[in-house]
Amino acid sequence: MVTTVPQSEIDIPATAAGKSRVELKNVSRGFGEEWDREEVIKNLTFEIKPGDLTCIVGPSGCGKSTIVNLVAGYDTPESGEILLNGSPVRGPGKDRMVVFQETALMPWQTTYDNVVFGPLLRGEGTRAEIDKEARRLLDRVGLGDFKKKYPSQLSGGMQRRAELARALINKPVLLIMDEPFRGLDAMSRPLMQEFFLRLFEENRRTNLFVTSEIEEAIFLADRLIVLSNRPAQVRAVIEIPLPRPRQFHMMSSPEVFEIKRQALEILHEEAMKSFRGQGARGEQVRPQAQP
Amino acid sequence: MSVLADDAFAAGQRPAKAPRRQPTGFGLMAYRASKGVRSPTPYLMLFGISLWLVAYWMLCEGLQLPRFEKIPGPITILSDWLSRTPAQGTSVFTPEYYQHIYVSCRRIAIAFFLATLLGVPLGLLMGWSKTIKDYTFPVLETLRPIPIMAWVPLAILMFSGYETPVIFLATLASFFATTLNTMLGVQSIDESYFRAAGCLGSKKWDVFRHVVVPGALPFIFTGLQISVGVAWFSLVAAEMVSGDYGLGYLILSSYVNSVTVPMVIGMLTLGFVGWFSSAAVRWVGNRLMQWHVKALAMQGR
Repeated sequence: MVTTVPQSEIDIPATAAGKSRVELKNVSRGFGEEWDREEVIKNLTFEIKPGDLTCIVGPSGCGKSTIVNLVAGYDTPESGEILLNGSPVRGPGKDRMVVFQETALMPWQTTYDNVVFGPLLRGEGTRAEIDKEARRLLDRVGLGDFKKKYPSQLSGGMQRRAELARALINKPVLLIMDEPFRGLDAMSRPLMQEFFLRLFEENRRTNLFVTSEIEEAIFLADRLIVLSNRPAQVRAVIEIPLPRPRQFHMMSSPEVFEIKRQALEILHEEAMKSFRGQGARGEQVRPQAQP
Repeated sequence: MSVLADDAFAAGQRPAKAPRRQPTGFGLMAYRASKGVRSPTPYLMLFGISLWLVAYWMLCEGLQLPRFEKIPGPITILSDWLSRTPAQGTSVFTPEYYQHIYVSCRRIAIAFFLATLLGVPLGLLMGWSKTIKDYTFPVLETLRPIPIMAWVPLAILMFSGYETPVIFLATLASFFATTLNTMLGVQSIDESYFRAAGCLGSKKWDVFRHVVVPGALPFIFTGLQISVGVAWFSLVAAEMVSGDYGLGYLILSSYVNSVTVPMVIGMLTLGFVGWFSSAAVRWVGNRLMQWHVKALAMQGR
């Protein structure tokens, strides 16, 4: 192999290596005993294209986190299969990095130790190489001066950025983000979204992004997958035709408005179903006739 | 506070001054002492202690209320405690007093060490592996509620001499507290840390080393503080039943010999060494868990 200097800011250049295809085929997963079963996902089928940022939106409690757990390999489907580049997912692995809802940085490790944790553990590369890469990534996410701080000493936005650095140092082929900006305040949320977009657009690493905020989803995604109420099924797949790099002003265009209207309509419908379902506990919730 | 200082700094309202670096050694001690003296804590403590002393003195020596006339008051105790020729035989100048303290502390040290050595690993394993918990938990939960005093006859039957049964009883009490808290500590660790460690490529042993042990540490040290307390408790109980030396023995033998001052001296001494021992455990814990100290500091605690 010819050695080349990486072109991209973030680890490997934008080759096929960072771009993987994820397919869910008829995936079902339920919880509870036979007589008290809760079907969370039933016959769910969708695909995440290589190099795409795919956003999953759905009403709260529709099984988004279950999908994350399945794709990440923490959980196994009861039927159906999940394919990553054609081979079935078995257990968690460093090729699929998850950025969690609430921060999952180890509180007993400094920011730096959190970032180098994965590569050091697996013994990939020398200490010096890992150190160099960690410093570069921490500088990239703007935490160069916070290496020795513990996660509790960082703000919410900084914690998410540290977690991004910890994920990226492992050079995953798929980045899974489970409502990563939830809980951030109204000031830092758009900043984090924009920062994350720039990071993504640098090398377009395949990304599965789960959110309950439709606006965030449209701003970030190439495709929206709108889920139904429990058991989760795909209600709509919406392509977002906005050019990249994305800018905030694009969000005020009429086409964004139309997409938002469409998606919100579906979500509202689904939310109402679940609302009525909660109101009449024990009764069979009849699915509404589709027009 | 710091933001304001920075603004003033930028506006040139105060001369350029290098930010203060963290003092070390004696400087750090002096800094802490001066900070302590400026906080209300020491004055409140002094006030609380004197309030208690006055109430004690009033009950026993000032008013000499009916139920308290046989109990030595603070002045009687202090004058005996600090006397070269104590009327009732025990003071800071009698070597016997130190013998009692030494024997009790030695027993506690051995018992606490053994209990920690056995209890922490067992608790970690029980919290970590369901199989190990299934094996051990029922037995532990059956033995744990048995009051330590109920073990005394068995301990005397099992072990000969004065020393071993006493240490055995203290170890036992301490062991239960440590094990249970350690197990709860592991169970309190958020699932997301295990998941994060898993996708970063941790093997079972790595998870144990990097998630289970550090994650359980805050609970372990809470447990150790409790365990050193119950160790003292059961030690004294055991020394009262079977012993030749020790603070528990001092208290009971004074009572039997109708010398009340050494009895109270023994009690107060127990209070001080007990306080000291749990402070020592806390200090070690804080040294080991800087992350936890800093997390608590961020919450203003």
